[in-house]
Amino acid sequence: MELDPLMLSRIQFAFVVCFHAIFPVFTIGLASTIAGFETLAYKTGDPVWHRLSKFWIQVFAVVFGIGVVSGIVMSFQFGTNWSNFSYATANFLGPVLSYEVITAFFLEASFLGVLLFGRDKVPQGVHLFAAIMVASGTFISSFWILAANSLMQTPDGLELINGMYHVKSWTDSIFNPSFGYRFMHMVVASFLTAALVVAGVSAWFVLQKREFVANRKALSVALWFLLILAPVQAVIGDFHGLNTLKYQPTKVAAMEGNWETSSGVPLLLFAIPDNENQTNHFEVGIPKLASFVLTHDWDGEVPGLKDVPVEEQPPVLIVFWSFRIMVALGLLMIAFAVWGLFLRIKGRYYQSTYFLNGLRLMSLSPFIAVLAGWVVTESGRAPWLIYGQMTHAQGLTPSLTGGMALFTLIGYIVVYSLVFSAGVYYLLKVFRGGVEKANAPHEMEEVERPMRPFSAAHVAIDEEI
Amino acid sequence: MEQPFDLTVIWAGIIGFGIMMYVLMDGFDLGQGILFPFAPNEKARDTMMNSVAPIWDGNETWLVLGGAGLLAAFPLVYSVFLPALYIGVFLLLAGLIFRGIAFEFRFKAKTSKYLWSWSFSVGSIVAAFAQGAVVGTYIQGFKTEGFVYVGGALDWLTPFTVITGLGLVVGYALLGSTWLIMKTEGEVQDWAYKITPKLLVGLMTVFAIVCVYTPFIDEYVKARWFDNLSIIWVLPVLALYCAFVVFSNVRKRKDGMPFVATMGIFLFSYLGLLVSKWPYIVPPKFTIWDAASAYNSQLFLLIGFLFVIPIILAYTSWTYWVFRGKVKEGGYH
Ligand code: HDD
Ligand code: HEM
Ligand code: HEM
Repeated sequence: MELDPLMLSRIQFAFVVCFHAIFPVFTIGLASTIAGFETLAYKTGDPVWHRLSKFWIQVFAVVFGIGVVSGIVMSFQFGTNWSNFSYATANFLGPVLSYEVITAFFLEASFLGVLLFGRDKVPQGVHLFAAIMVASGTFISSFWILAANSLMQTPDGLELINGMYHVKSWTDSIFNPSFGYRFMHMVVASFLTAALVVAGVSAWFVLQKREFVANRKALSVALWFLLILAPVQAVIGDFHGLNTLKYQPTKVAAMEGNWETSSGVPLLLFAIPDNENQTNHFEVGIPKLASFVLTHDWDGEVPGLKDVPVEEQPPVLIVFWSFRIMVALGLLMIAFAVWGLFLRIKGRYYQSTYFLNGLRLMSLSPFIAVLAGWVVTESGRAPWLIYGQMTHAQGLTPSLTGGMALFTLIGYIVVYSLVFSAGVYYLLKVFRGGVEKANAPHEMEEVERPMRPFSAAHVAIDEEI
Repeated sequence: MEQPFDLTVIWAGIIGFGIMMYVLMDGFDLGQGILFPFAPNEKARDTMMNSVAPIWDGNETWLVLGGAGLLAAFPLVYSVFLPALYIGVFLLLAGLIFRGIAFEFRFKAKTSKYLWSWSFSVGSIVAAFAQGAVVGTYIQGFKTEGFVYVGGALDWLTPFTVITGLGLVVGYALLGSTWLIMKTEGEVQDWAYKITPKLLVGLMTVFAIVCVYTPFIDEYVKARWFDNLSIIWVLPVLALYCAFVVFSNVRKRKDGMPFVATMGIFLFSYLGLLVSKWPYIVPPKFTIWDAASAYNSQLFLLIGFLFVIPIILAYTSWTYWVFRGKVKEGGYH
């Protein structure tokens, strides 16, 4: 069999970026959570918030460390596998990605050290300030990276001269039509991630009656956030979809599994879309609902996949189902938020074992939703790398052979599995240590090493035999 | 757009400076990993790692900054070098990952410590070799058509690049050993004193091979050295002088000088390489102006860099200041 460098590069890029995405999504939300705990500690003087903050800072440190390591690989991926694309877009992508690095570095150099190691060395107010700055830094980082991605979805403000895009307007190209929606959706996704992980981990501690007072408070705060954010995310998602309908109609057609442009289109609950035969199998749907959701009119017109040639259609099955997974998880989050509210009114949200165990499981849901969401966005753009302008095939590195791509694909999978299983294993140890250990004298006597995120966690990675 | 300044030259300066900073700074901590298997004992290894633990990742910032800066300022370099060095880049990244993660975990490990030692050492050696091969490939030049690399996957792997790869491994080891002379005492320092002259001989051998070989790769470089610009001969002479300084100070057992002079060897060799190729940045065809991005993109990012580079320098100096002096057993005190 001939190895296809294009297919292998797509798999490799998807693998590496999905891997990376998991961690920043968590750190962005967690940084704000910590800033929140620190603010509460500062305002109320209640030591419980301190204890919580100390624990979650350790978790943050480890997740952040893994995020940085995997991010470094990303910045080289563009050049190795997509050199035509990076050459063509360098005038925009270069500065924007550099600004991401600069921001990340700036926050790391100046404030991360204070946040992780400075608690006893600087006044409380300064420590709080550092926490807020670290949180802001993560937003600025995502600002840049999402501007880069949104430009690929809805290009604007560029001009193609001799095979290279030139930036006509920085404001138009950075604040391109889909940027605002994507940024909001992503920020709320990060908050939801933090809320659900904090809720899940605290629920687990509450079930075990460990550090009951502190963990119950954390659980309570997380549930309030969930109650506000989960519905908000659905609303933002709806607007995001409307924007996509305007600029990338084919993607919406794939999300809805709609082949023919028509009015009164049903919302499909189940179907097996089939690119080859240009149809769906086993359709189950609610009549006219898709038209209503997308156009706010029961008989509105929804674009169909057949409007574009077959080779310009995205892989419908993947887009269709990823979209359903994301939305289903979003609805499930709303359901949990409402369940929590009911239990709270009855005063027993920290007692119901069903609910608490459910929350433990739910702590995985935001990660799955985030990855599913990105697959919708990115696979839905296929075959375009820059929507309507450059395809995957045109962006690929010309000298790349199937063998080379396969070699590095396997390589990255091996490296990531080794290194990150160590990372996740360690993270689980930090979780198991819990709030108690984070506040106890350090288990590992360490050399002072500022700025190393992991050094903020003081748990041994293995056991003494 | 109006172009009041030639930003391309400014960017060439920034990137050139960034690479130099990276090589000097990450060089000596990669050197620790390269020397790791040869260290006299486990306690020495702890000391070696401790001597660079607080600063190594600041050192690596220059690499990330350089990579992103290249894409922004010289996209052609980015889009030719990375495909041409495809496998090498993967090895470099994998090496740096293993090494980085070892810094995190070796300090937290009890029974699995030896695993992290290996991860640290192999990662450092692979990364250093890959970087040396990049230099060799740059000297050799790239096969391009239009603005696109068209050579094979392993064009970068030739006897010459293997030599430059090994050369950089030895060079980094020398930076590492002279660093240890400066920063440690007792057993580790004695050991570092002992190996430094051997490493120096190794490095100078590679230096000689590269000096003899480079002019013959293309006429352009040859002309530069033998016809028009005789003043540049001062660079290799200074490099040789620095090598002599390392040697004599090791004999006199002066702690600080060997490291400083080793940095001098690197600096003057690097400058020598740059003047050979200037203004070619993707040899043999493209100059820095061919490879440059649009004026307004260069300007847009320059603002950020001018803001952040002083901060990095200040922050770096501050960390080095905090961790000045000798490492004692168990780390800095
Ligand atoms: C929405 C958020 C987000 C997304 C979609 C991405 N990243 Fe990221 N990235 C971050 C958010 C982030 C972050 C939160 O800002 C990190 C995590 C740790 C850090 O320092 O910054 C980060 C780290 C990080 C670093 C290390 C910076 C450092 O030295 O500290 C690099 C080079 C990248 N990323 C590059 C990428 C690339 C090329 C991406 C896409 C293809 C990408 N990131 C997707
Ligand atoms: C961190 C969040 C992100 C995730 C999880 C993600 C996920 C994915 C996935 C799953 C694909 C594969 C689609 C397919 O081939 O069918 C893909 C493609 C791609 N994405 Fe993203 N993406 C993210 C962010 C970005 C950003 C910020 C950029 C650019 C600045 C980007 C650039 C690309 C490119 C160039 C491709 C084409 C290669 C390919 O098809 O695999 N992505 N991404
Ligand atoms: C509940 C209702 C939700 C709706 C209607 C919705 C809608 C959408 C739509 C239409 C897109 C694709 C946009 C495009 O590519 O043009 C998208 C992408 C995405 N979704 Fe959702 N979403 C929902 C819930 C969630 C949840 C709960 C999460 C995670 C916690 C999430 C995370 C994401 C992410 C990370 C992306 C990719 C980035 C982006 O394009 O914004 N979504 N969503």
